[in-house]
Amino acid sequence: MEWEIVMGLEVHTELATKTKIFCGCSTEFGGAPNTHVCEICAGLPGTLPLLNRRVVEFAVRTGLATNCEITRKNKFDRKNYFYPDLPKAYQISQLYLPICRNGYIEVKGENGEMKKIGIHEIHMEEDAGKLVHDAFEDCTLVDYNRCGVPLLEIVSEPDFRSAAEVLDYLEKLRAILQFTGVSDCKMQEGSLRADVNLSVRPKGQAEFGTRTEMKNLNSFRAIERAISYEARRQIELLEDGEQVVQETRRWDDNKGISYAMRSKEDAQDYKYFPEPDLPPIEISEETIAQIRDTMPELPEQKKQRYIAQLGLPEYDTSILTSDKAYVSLFEDTLALCDSPKDVANWIMGEVMKLLNDTATLPENMTLQAKDLAAVIHMVKSGKINRGTGKTVLEKVFTEGVDPEKYVADNNLAQITDLSALRPVIEEVIAANEKSVSEYKSGKTQAMGYIMGQAMRALKGKAPAQEVQKILHELLDS
Amino acid sequence: MDIRNLTALELGQAIRAKEITVREAVESYFAAIEENDAKYHCYNILCKAEALARADEVQKGIDDGTYTSPLAGVPVGVKDNICTKGVLTTCSSKILENFVPPYDATVIRRMHAAGMVVLGKLNMDEFAMGSTTETSYTGVTHNPWNLDRVPGGSSGGAAAAVAAKLAPVTLGSDTGGSIRQPASFCGVSGLKPTYGAVSRYGLVAYASSLDQIGPLARDAKDCAALFSLIAGKDEKDGTSMVTEKFDFEAATNGDMQGKKIGIPADYLGEGISPEVKAAIEAAAETYRALGAEVEVFPMPIVKYAIPAYYIIACAEACSNLSRYDGIKYGYSSPNADNLTETYIKSRSEGFGMEVKRRIMLGNFVLSSGYYDAYYNKALKAKKLIQQAFFDAFEKYDMLLGPVAPTTALKIGESLSDPLKMYLGDIYTVMINIAGVPSMAIPCGFDSENMPVGLQLIGKPFCEAEILSAAVGFQNATDFHKKSPSAV
Repeated sequence: MEWEIVMGLEVHTELATKTKIFCGCSTEFGGAPNTHVCEICAGLPGTLPLLNRRVVEFAVRTGLATNCEITRKNKFDRKNYFYPDLPKAYQISQLYLPICRNGYIEVKGENGEMKKIGIHEIHMEEDAGKLVHDAFEDCTLVDYNRCGVPLLEIVSEPDFRSAAEVLDYLEKLRAILQFTGVSDCKMQEGSLRADVNLSVRPKGQAEFGTRTEMKNLNSFRAIERAISYEARRQIELLEDGEQVVQETRRWDDNKGISYAMRSKEDAQDYKYFPEPDLPPIEISEETIAQIRDTMPELPEQKKQRYIAQLGLPEYDTSILTSDKAYVSLFEDTLALCDSPKDVANWIMGEVMKLLNDTATLPENMTLQAKDLAAVIHMVKSGKINRGTGKTVLEKVFTEGVDPEKYVADNNLAQITDLSALRPVIEEVIAANEKSVSEYKSGKTQAMGYIMGQAMRALKGKAPAQEVQKILHELLDS
Repeated sequence: MDIRNLTALELGQAIRAKEITVREAVESYFAAIEENDAKYHCYNILCKAEALARADEVQKGIDDGTYTSPLAGVPVGVKDNICTKGVLTTCSSKILENFVPPYDATVIRRMHAAGMVVLGKLNMDEFAMGSTTETSYTGVTHNPWNLDRVPGGSSGGAAAAVAAKLAPVTLGSDTGGSIRQPASFCGVSGLKPTYGAVSRYGLVAYASSLDQIGPLARDAKDCAALFSLIAGKDEKDGTSMVTEKFDFEAATNGDMQGKKIGIPADYLGEGISPEVKAAIEAAAETYRALGAEVEVFPMPIVKYAIPAYYIIACAEACSNLSRYDGIKYGYSSPNADNLTETYIKSRSEGFGMEVKRRIMLGNFVLSSGYYDAYYNKALKAKKLIQQAFFDAFEKYDMLLGPVAPTTALKIGESLSDPLKMYLGDIYTVMINIAGVPSMAIPCGFDSENMPVGLQLIGKPFCEAEILSAAVGFQNATDFHKKSPSAV
């Protein structure tokens, strides 16, 4: 039987606001435990939440960028449950009136055509703290630094049919969140987290199968692996005549398996009710218009502009707009050296290679536009050749050297005085009699070797064309 | 001059006139508390050392012109559910027996800024749940008019302290009548402000959509003075509102000429004691004599008030009280071996019976499957009650009625029958549901010489109107000047 996988996504993203959602504490990642905490985010008796309006603005931006309807009159609700990382024993969230509804993101479908993935809703909520298990002391400690960091939960419709669609959606969503300045989307810091709801059904069947929810997916790779594992697990169960149990499962990326955390029967009753401590938030047409007008350019808009104004091929623009770090580097470098295709090539070639070689995420890249521009300038002007340019960029990338100073200090600039070449080349010819005689006897391929020796003697700083010209003059006469 | 016989405004005046020092005022109250509070148990905690140090600071501030408030230098008692930095705030509960807040409630900051001096923290029903102060973990407060009677609740300590002259003014909180009913039982004046008029920041929440902090005092003028000092928008409380500047003169002129007062017929119906009813009817006559028009009108929605109140209040309470889990602060059971046991045992051992009852009620009405039948229906009743008040205020400037169906009950009388206790809140809870302001003042005594209180209910943010009506009544009567014989 042919099976169809059906998936929906719940994505949590931490917002890039400076302060928390209901108090003035910093949202900065890291920091010694319990240093970004006050009486409000620690939920001490008598304290009250005060809404950070930036969170509403960021939520509206996200909603507009994902084609959602914006709820004009918003309310918060309490989700009640006991857990040590939740100091009030309730999370302030939105159940009844989420801020955004009925949107979509376009992804590449199976047959290569664009396909709309529906967004059911986006709501605002607060993050919980973090539990730290101390194996030596045999105890669990709580760090409330993350408590009250603003989150958006973006809930899709069950519109995904393959892992590729899921990954494309996440790439697109991440780019939107980054470009709108809503989130930095660092998965390893937990600022983008995705839970996958997955079920399978015989192809052609209209009803959904029983779904499971997978949590703890900390990278795109983990998501891809977990989907493939879970789909196979469910199909095997059904093919063996067994049932899929509706449950929450936790993915273990080291073992490459998921296991059941809790079943539907254990599902908690969160006893949601309207949060009485926060008055309703009205969002006016004016506010929405203002947010729309000041919205940063989205990836798709950038792509179109790069094609139309800069004449870049579509392939290049897709790569450049896949991450905000590439766009920033591209646009800032372009502002310093007016050559779009060169800049694009350097980023897509050398910069991405260096990121890959050093296992650096684009958002953590320290390479600055002025340094990349300097390297491009030096190559374009002939001061250094392309090979030297790559070496210099690597030094800039890994050690943060100043490219011009590095070239000067290491004497890497090309020899511009052509009269200095001939004596060196004559020496090379004298030292390689064997190859020279081979060449002269008709083995033209010996020229390559001689050329290599000459370039080596010149430490790669001579224009290859000139060297070749002189060699031919000396040997062919 | 006996300092303790002065109203708060008179005391403030005498302090500014340099007839009395702040230290003398504070010392005189501590002397009385130390001598008499053993028999009343108004206070849970005294802040004597802090208060005396503060008294000298405030004196300097008054002398150099820093403090100019009419209440500068006046001591104040504070209900034990209002957070005081560095001073225990227990809510009269075992579960918070060791909780010392690292911050002051906004009302405390405002009183400090005006130069008032906090004497201590006043007894109350545990987490403000109760109408008798009997649910307090620290023991019941005795009514100064008769030590065998309850002072009412939940702000029983705050009302009894004023009646026993162990504080010139106090701050209480009112979720369903918790300022007005004890004020009535103890023969003092108390104001429940409009929801949003006074910041709730630092008030340990019972039912967030109903809770308000307000003053209790010897008379309505003192209530007006303390209210004007604590009221106003607070950036720390999103539900607090910007209010017009409080006009103290208008609030205390007492002019009732041409005012229209409505008495809800359902406030004088079944269940009210004849003596209370007679006192209210006499008060209506007094208002007529002062030039007001008084008439009785039907308000049948009253019968939905108690169920709607207990559903909404308990729902919010069960969520508000979930944070007391034995982990971060407060009582933690020593008998627990793991997380779940810590939760269950700390809460089972830390909360009293009435609090547990309301937590269970709240969890029940919010449970999936019951939410619509109870909580949602209560919200609908809330809308109808708000509409009923809106309609009434189309016709009347204010409403008049009893505070409670009876005078103070005997200690122990209602504990065994919670439903009876809940029904005693029938005239007060509606006001909290509607969010409007209401004031309780003494209007007579029953045959056993226990005080009877009347209630004036105003339009939203029209505290000045009902305060003025209370002042008018007090200018014409002397019930508020009576003291228990032992005091």
